Amino acid sequence: MSALKQYIDLYTQHRDAIHSRSPQLLNDLRDKALAALNGKRLPRKGEEGFEKTSINEMFAPDYGVNINRMNIPVNVAASFRCDVPNMSTWMSFIVNDKFYASSTARINMPEGVIVDSLENVAANQPHIIEAYLGKIAPLDNASVALNSLLVQDGIVVYVPRGVKLEKPLQLVNIFSSPIDLMVVRRMLIIVEDNAQAQLLVCDHTQDNEHRYLASQVVEIFMGENAQFDLYDIEESSAMTSRYSQLFARQQAGSNLLVNGMSLIAGTTRNDYDIEIDGDNCDTTLAGMAIGSGKQHVDNSSNVKHRSSHCRSNQLFKYVLDDESTGAFEGSILVAPGATYTEAYQNNRNLLASTSSRMHTKPQLIIYNDEVKCSHGATTGQLDQQALFYMRARGISEKEARLMLMQAFMADVIDTVRMEGLRDRLRHLVEKRFYGQQMLCADCGISCHDSKPE
Amino acid sequence: MTEISDKKNKEDLNNDIIGDVTSGEYKYGFVTDIDTDIIPKGLNEDVVRLISQKKGEPEWLLDFRLKAYHYWKTLEMPRWAHLDIPEIDYDAISYYAAPRKKEGPKNLDEVDPQLLDTFNKLGIPLEEQKLLSGMAVDAVMDSVSVKTTHKEKLAEMGIVFCSFSEAVRDYPDLVKKYLGKVVSYRDNFFAALNSAVFSDGSFVYIPKGVRCPMELSTYFRINASGTGQFERTLIVADDDAYVSYLEGCTAPMRDENQLHAAIVEIIVEDRAEVKYSTVQNWYAGDKDGKGGVYNFVTKRGLCRGDYSKLSWTQVETGSAITWKYPSCVLAGEGSVGEFYSVAVTNNRQQADTGTKMIHTGRNSRSTIVSKGISAGHSQNAYRGLVKVAPDADGCRNYTQCDSLLLGSNCGAHTFPYVDVLNDTAVVEHEATTSKISEDQIFYCNQRGIPTEEAVGLIVNGYAKEVMNKLPMEFAVEAQKLLQVTLEGSVG
Repeated sequence: MSALKQYIDLYTQHRDAIHSRSPQLLNDLRDKALAALNGKRLPRKGEEGFEKTSINEMFAPDYGVNINRMNIPVNVAASFRCDVPNMSTWMSFIVNDKFYASSTARINMPEGVIVDSLENVAANQPHIIEAYLGKIAPLDNASVALNSLLVQDGIVVYVPRGVKLEKPLQLVNIFSSPIDLMVVRRMLIIVEDNAQAQLLVCDHTQDNEHRYLASQVVEIFMGENAQFDLYDIEESSAMTSRYSQLFARQQAGSNLLVNGMSLIAGTTRNDYDIEIDGDNCDTTLAGMAIGSGKQHVDNSSNVKHRSSHCRSNQLFKYVLDDESTGAFEGSILVAPGATYTEAYQNNRNLLASTSSRMHTKPQLIIYNDEVKCSHGATTGQLDQQALFYMRARGISEKEARLMLMQAFMADVIDTVRMEGLRDRLRHLVEKRFYGQQMLCADCGISCHDSKPE
Repeated sequence: MTEISDKKNKEDLNNDIIGDVTSGEYKYGFVTDIDTDIIPKGLNEDVVRLISQKKGEPEWLLDFRLKAYHYWKTLEMPRWAHLDIPEIDYDAISYYAAPRKKEGPKNLDEVDPQLLDTFNKLGIPLEEQKLLSGMAVDAVMDSVSVKTTHKEKLAEMGIVFCSFSEAVRDYPDLVKKYLGKVVSYRDNFFAALNSAVFSDGSFVYIPKGVRCPMELSTYFRINASGTGQFERTLIVADDDAYVSYLEGCTAPMRDENQLHAAIVEIIVEDRAEVKYSTVQNWYAGDKDGKGGVYNFVTKRGLCRGDYSKLSWTQVETGSAITWKYPSCVLAGEGSVGEFYSVAVTNNRQQADTGTKMIHTGRNSRSTIVSKGISAGHSQNAYRGLVKVAPDADGCRNYTQCDSLLLGSNCGAHTFPYVDVLNDTAVVEHEATTSKISEDQIFYCNQRGIPTEEAVGLIVNGYAKEVMNKLPMEFAVEAQKLLQVTLEGSVG
């Protein structure tokens, strides 16, 4: 049986229950999604674009889906101590499938800014949902349609024209459940003309016993001269799978930065689909993956230049240890009219063990001669000479290797446009390489106590 | 104001010159009026049997063909390439066309004079007087090998260089041992088709320790209309042997598309070296994309021996659609694979070409240098795979793909696949895409070189790295071809 069918069956059987606990706008989307799923199937391993990751297999196990949206008891005190020292943020949480805004989240928020759950916005400001939800994430795509069919909750960020948020927003996604669980969440981000915002998203899993699956669709709309940063840090568990699909559309002069960091994960696939629709845009897409155990991280990017004088830059780095596997598939598309495009892409990978595997496929698709485009991909090991140099100075081999690996990741962290977060990330990466568990509960840093309402 | 209009004029001029490219003449577009033996169109089991019977083949080869045919019937045409391939009606093609000849010409006097004329037009040194030029040629016309020169001299050294049919007749053990060992009939759609209906081709065997004293060469030509060409080349270089092999292709201008689906198999034993060079200039269709050859070729070499080496060099200027990935399986320890390619597309041509380097032997090395040039409304894609197997320690690959765009309506694409399953491998890939820099043209203009010549100069410089790898005779021809193909083109 195809994995998709079990979800369609689930929906058709429990349609009333699902609809009764969800706003009408989302229910309309569900019905459209159901129609779109007719005859579709989830991508399988080996298909073009999915060489090393089977979405079908990822969704195949029988995860629980919280249809009745019951509250799952969670030890919130243990989870909600996760923030960045030296950086104050407006924080919200999604625990399993439920959204919580923390007490700090609404204080001093500028007029007109909305940071709230998808459910609330659909009920209170339906015009926003009507205008944006599902507008750039195509239902043609079976995985997007499946997400739309079962969507539970998510965050909506709306920054009106000209508003610049002085503090970053933060969203913490937490998995914590007494049974195996799948959550279906959505992010909808609208940054209007001349507005500015930053969003830091952290994924956490609280235990190593249950299997979790996150299906996530992110839509980002950027107005003219808008600026938006998204930092997506994944520190889940070996039992957690995640399929995240990000769609962004940029208007003239906008500046988008997306940085996805897979520090601890089970099976992760991230899709980035960025449409550059106005002149003079800047796009930075960065990512890192640190793999150990049997982790699998697959990033797929597609940056589409449809306007002139735009610049895009992609940088993805992987360090793979043990039996971990990595995949990267990136493409740059330059449309016929997109003259004076500068688009670059770089993928560098370190294989730290004999059983680790890396698959990479950087692509350029160019229909225009007024362009400067390049891509580079390398896969190799640590520089023996550098290791020798450090060994000769009395640094143990293990220490030397770890130092070189950290240095290798430095330029991905350097793309971050928040001082405090950069320091924090350096620390996280260092701890990750030293093999320490990254659960916040064990975190040695004295985090602030910030509990939800 | 003047400045603006000057600039405008210059742009117009450039556009005109780009426009001129599309009117470039295909000088090999003649048809030779030779009596040809064509079987009825269509493909079924009887056709496969008929081909086999016409060629007087032994039972085992017929079995091979039939197995391939039945397997082909289960396949679908591949769609993953970045190509817009019109539906091909495999029943509208005639699978066998041979120049009708009297029983086996003993010397050149007996060869059909019109055939000789054709080859003279192509500039193939088929005639006796040109034997001095030191090249052994096997000419294949409409799938049948018509004449092999220099055979006696090669035979003295134990080298076998003959048409595929002769090889089947005279060296069945060798053919049986190697046929389908590198490219199985189950490999892909076109390989299966070729294995079922191949009509002829070349066979080369270089015995142990022999260094082939001259370059071996095959010229392929499709002549009859409504036919496909399905030839097979099999090259075996035994221990410590060396051979340099050249392949050239042309076809007449025709309105309809013609299908060319060939297989090249190469086996390289211990410390042997094979150098395979191609200048492909099939008819590319007219400026509106009408007609032209579909070139769907499977080429693969197996570097089976330790320290063996296989080098592919290709200059691709022809064909309406090219689908071709000359590959190396580097199974021997320390084996070396090389791929040097210049692919030029113009008008409505489409190319999806590249290579595969599959490292399964320890310390094997490979180099890929691919230069794509697109002009007019053409689409030019590089697609390549570098794979390092788990047990292949110490492998090294370097890949460089550059694309040059001439004109604003063409496309250049790069699809490299890199699969590394071993942590001691070092694999590098680099690709750039750009147009000819205005600075470079300005520099040439300043020194009195007109723009058109400057572009030629820059393009030749750009392709030099690959051209240098071609044998002398070919390099001259390839350079001329490059000039003809891009005549008048200014980016």
